[in-house]
Amino acid sequence: MVDARGYSCPTPVIMVQKAVKNGSPKKLEVAVDNQCSVENVKRFARNAGYQVQLSDFEGDFKLTLTK
Amino acid sequence: MEKESFLKRYGLLVITGLVVGAAAVLLTAFGNPANMGFCIACFLRDIAGALNLQRAGFDAEQGAGIVQYVRPEIIGLVLGSTAVAFAKKEFRPKGGSSPMTRFIVAVFVMIGALVFLGCPLRMVIRIGGGDLNAVVGLAGFACGILIGIAFLKNGFSLRRAYRQSMAEGLIFPGLMAVLLVLSLTMSDLFLSSKSGPGSMRAPVLLALAAALVVGVLAQRSRLCMVGGIRDAVLFRDFRLLSAFAAILVAVFVGNLALNKFNLGFAGQPIAHSEWLWNLLGMVLVGWGSVLLGGCPLRQLILAGEGNTDSAVTVTGYIVGAAIAHNFGLASSATGIGTGPVALAVVGGFVVLAVISAVNLQKLEG
Repeated sequence: MVDARGYSCPTPVIMVQKAVKNGSPKKLEVAVDNQCSVENVKRFARNAGYQVQLSDFEGDFKLTLTK
Repeated sequence: MEKESFLKRYGLLVITGLVVGAAAVLLTAFGNPANMGFCIACFLRDIAGALNLQRAGFDAEQGAGIVQYVRPEIIGLVLGSTAVAFAKKEFRPKGGSSPMTRFIVAVFVMIGALVFLGCPLRMVIRIGGGDLNAVVGLAGFACGILIGIAFLKNGFSLRRAYRQSMAEGLIFPGLMAVLLVLSLTMSDLFLSSKSGPGSMRAPVLLALAAALVVGVLAQRSRLCMVGGIRDAVLFRDFRLLSAFAAILVAVFVGNLALNKFNLGFAGQPIAHSEWLWNLLGMVLVGWGSVLLGGCPLRQLILAGEGNTDSAVTVTGYIVGAAIAHNFGLASSATGIGTGPVALAVVGGFVVLAVISAVNLQKLEG
């Protein structure tokens, strides 16, 4: 799980970009704490060919990326 | 895979950009300084002056300097963001991501902006008015962003922010509201320019209304002048850059329509032609803004959403404006300041380099 809570953009997207580059996982969970990062990570993931599911995570957001 | 429609991808940002550009032209037509319909750096500087933190060009007879005014534009931007953030349940107080580092970076971003004479937003507005000095500024701005990106790619981060109390998050928007009420009801409290840029004003209610609209749109669209070039380089994402272009187009068309477009380097309103300093000033702004995670406009919007790191950043801008004017670092239409400008700008690069280097981390993931 990439825990990007507390980071503001573009850092969460850079973290996801790194995780995707390192072995392009079939499934990746990403936690963020603001709507702006949700949108940016979602956009990046879709462009990288992932499907994205959004859920609640301890009052913040969790994005589940699957290929 | 569902594809995001073109309209959804660019629509809101382009509309926001067009509205910002149109508002800038409108406010200028109604009295704001030329090519300065909306300048976050200039207007925060005016607020610093109104609070007597600087009295540039002080005239004893008038009892005021030339850049002192409680600019309703700044207040409107913040409160517009606060209002829509509450409505959309996005008002989430957070902070604690290296606040003192942000403060120092903000001071130098403001010094750089006042050496150039404008924040990134005014830079675009100046280009739209035909001011070629601002094209030089844009080159510097892009260089600064590229330097910042190099550090971002290597793990630069000012560390995590944490949730804060509602009270903490409300302080900054609350201060803005108090400033607005005081400036409307007890205007004698504040210093107010009788001449110079600080005396050129659009009517208060018009300025406030325009800024509220822009504040709402900027919060929704996440408009950011630094993010445009940054995201284009980092992620090949041109969304924010499309707003940048839309502002330029709106200002350009507006100036043409009002017959105010004037192409050239010389004699541009509230600008100077010392290219090296226009360039270096904006390198400082670009680099510093990447470290801060957004341009001055974006910081105002984030502060309005309860981000206390951004509130500290805005405070740093105000202090930076006071320093820039009190120590002769700020430029004027006649050229760069009479103080140690080179020392301040080069010192700024050293400070940013140290901050960039010591905050490199191994990001998980």
